Amino acid sequence: MPHEVGHEVGYAAASGVFSATWLLLVLPLAGALILLLGGRRTDRWGHLLGTAASAASFVVGLVLFFGLRGRAADDRQVAQHLFSWISVNGFQVDAGLLFDQLSAVFVLLITGVGTLIHIYSIGYMAHDPGRRRFFAYMNLFLASMLLLVLGDNFLVLYAGWELVGLSSFLLIKFWEYKPAAATAANKAFYMNRVGDVGLALAIMLMFATVGSTNYDSVLGAAAADVIGYGTLTAIALLLLLGACGKSGQFPLQAWLPDAMEGPTPISALIHAATMVTAGVYLIARASPIFTETQAARTVVVIIGAVTIIIGCVIGCAYDDIKKVLAYSTVSQIGYMFLAVGLGPAGYALGIAHLLAHGFFKAGLFLGSGSVIHAMDDEQDMRKYGGLWRLMPVTWATFGLGYLAIIGLPPLSGFFTKDKIIEAAFDKGGTSGYLLGLTALLGAGITAFYMTRLFLLTFHGERRWSSSGEHAKHPHESPRVMTGPMALLAVGSVFAGGLFIVGGTLQDWLAPVFGEGHEEGAHTLSPAVVTALTLLVAAGGFAGAYLRYQLRPVEAVGRPDSEVGLVTVAARHDLYANTFNETVFMRPGQYLTRFLVWLDTVGVDGLVRGTAAGIGGLSGRLRRTQTGFVRSYALSMLGGAVLVVMTALLVRTG
Amino acid sequence: MNPANYLILAALLFTIGAVGVLLRRNAIVVFMCVELMLNAANLTLVTFSRINGTLDGQIMAFFVMVVAAAEVVIGLAIILTIFRTRRSASVDDVNLLKY
Repeated sequence: MPHEVGHEVGYAAASGVFSATWLLLVLPLAGALILLLGGRRTDRWGHLLGTAASAASFVVGLVLFFGLRGRAADDRQVAQHLFSWISVNGFQVDAGLLFDQLSAVFVLLITGVGTLIHIYSIGYMAHDPGRRRFFAYMNLFLASMLLLVLGDNFLVLYAGWELVGLSSFLLIKFWEYKPAAATAANKAFYMNRVGDVGLALAIMLMFATVGSTNYDSVLGAAAADVIGYGTLTAIALLLLLGACGKSGQFPLQAWLPDAMEGPTPISALIHAATMVTAGVYLIARASPIFTETQAARTVVVIIGAVTIIIGCVIGCAYDDIKKVLAYSTVSQIGYMFLAVGLGPAGYALGIAHLLAHGFFKAGLFLGSGSVIHAMDDEQDMRKYGGLWRLMPVTWATFGLGYLAIIGLPPLSGFFTKDKIIEAAFDKGGTSGYLLGLTALLGAGITAFYMTRLFLLTFHGERRWSSSGEHAKHPHESPRVMTGPMALLAVGSVFAGGLFIVGGTLQDWLAPVFGEGHEEGAHTLSPAVVTALTLLVAAGGFAGAYLRYQLRPVEAVGRPDSEVGLVTVAARHDLYANTFNETVFMRPGQYLTRFLVWLDTVGVDGLVRGTAAGIGGLSGRLRRTQTGFVRSYALSMLGGAVLVVMTALLVRTG
Repeated sequence: MNPANYLILAALLFTIGAVGVLLRRNAIVVFMCVELMLNAANLTLVTFSRINGTLDGQIMAFFVMVVAAAEVVIGLAIILTIFRTRRSASVDDVNLLKY
């Protein structure tokens, strides 16, 4: 039964600079509309307009961010009411924006990294005939993603959620003439749909229980214990399903690597830095719900831990540079899930890792794009090698991103990942040890496969030739591409320290998540955890160095028959696709075929049978029209006699 | 004279007409038989008028006669036209309008 929640906090109404919050959304949206509706005549300057729209949105974001910082710490939630969206008796949804500490950091990440990637794309897509359309979709994505993080209730979030799915679909299949790209886009869409159903059900359940979908009502009710534990856990698990779909977490991880068929800037922006982290945002946003339900949080950490290992293991087996980075994304988001699943101790850490990851993974993807560009769209790392002399800027920026992800102090990844591992151990008990060790193992494997990727690409001997049929002439990318890479590299270096040292980000986000980061009892002292992490990462590095630097690398990977079982499994995505195909796709196809058969034989048969029966009958009745006037006269007489007889019978009887 | 005799006569005439319509092939004869049936009906109407002592039946008989006259004109015209084109007055030869 819906019931009133008596203690809604209410957010400060937007005034002053904050009345411009809607501009954040509208700028990229306007860019997208102009480019899509303007057609070919905007081809010449379309990319500039798209970049300008994104940059303008970033500037607005910065102004608002500093405006928010200027307010008192307990007054940093500003809501802007836009319009009344759905108004039915008993069901009121207003479209409104909420600019608070959590939205603010996301807005800066999305517009900031987004703008850099827009600039990069000017160079990357320079020779693509569809560049204007590409920028239009990118702007559309920015607007959708901003709607997702700025909405002030779950229904607006859902609208943004679906729109980012749409933009992701449009951009994965940007080169739709490639069958692989078209298939990958469909796959991404279908698998996301599974998660979206979970999110939709969660929202319905919220409305049925609380009578509202607003953040303050729902989260307030969750925090005040007015929702039953079972319902709360159900809501949390359904939200988690949605988060898993969008973020490529186990068991819905299989679409993310395939999504790499899209242009590389898209992989960087949507499938590494922003959209796929929407799941983490969702859980963080719904943190009061997750804080209250231990059961759901246990599922979150398990999914996070499992995904870390899945991503790492498969990342070691692929030779396609983008696929490795994609699985690396999957496993890094696993870290974020693990962190937010730890409850109040971990929400801010998850967000910190998310932001740092946004920098270094976007940088890594842009670097890989630069390499792919230089190698004429070759993506097989075994056909790279020795590129560092030819592409020094790419080497340096990619290298910084690489060092950040394997957690070399004092780069970003070191601070954020180390904190998550520490928090996992601090969970206490056997589960704490299990989670901590899993995260530690993940860190080691991450160091291994990222070192492998780095060495195969930039070091070792050249496994390509600059003459002959497949001649390659690698060259450094233009400034418009290296510039954003350099800026992201700077972010990869400093972001983590900036967020973690002194608890800057944790303090900033504390009003959203509640105070949770005070130093509790440590299972292992932070110094020990740090030492262990570094040791394990060094082990991973050493393993990869021994194998891929000191020993020669074949230009063609060994066939499945010559490698171990684990490698074969990893090369086949740990059979995730096989599983989905056997358990869901094939039975689905059989069901479809059965229904088609039922339709043809049953429904259509009935309809056609009736028609044929009547047709046959009338064919026989037609024969009575002989053309002989006398037989007509006879039937008229018979009819008349019948009528008279009936009349007489009725009158007398 | 008993009016019922007129009714019996009318029934006989009607039956003769009906049998003629059904059995004869010549269109003119069939036509005459139809007239016979109409007049049998007229006789019935007049008889009932007499029995009931009202004029309704006789007025109705006039109507029937007028309609029959008009019908005869059109019917004979059709028969003539058919005879001209098909050289036959048999109703069984006019059987083109069928399935």
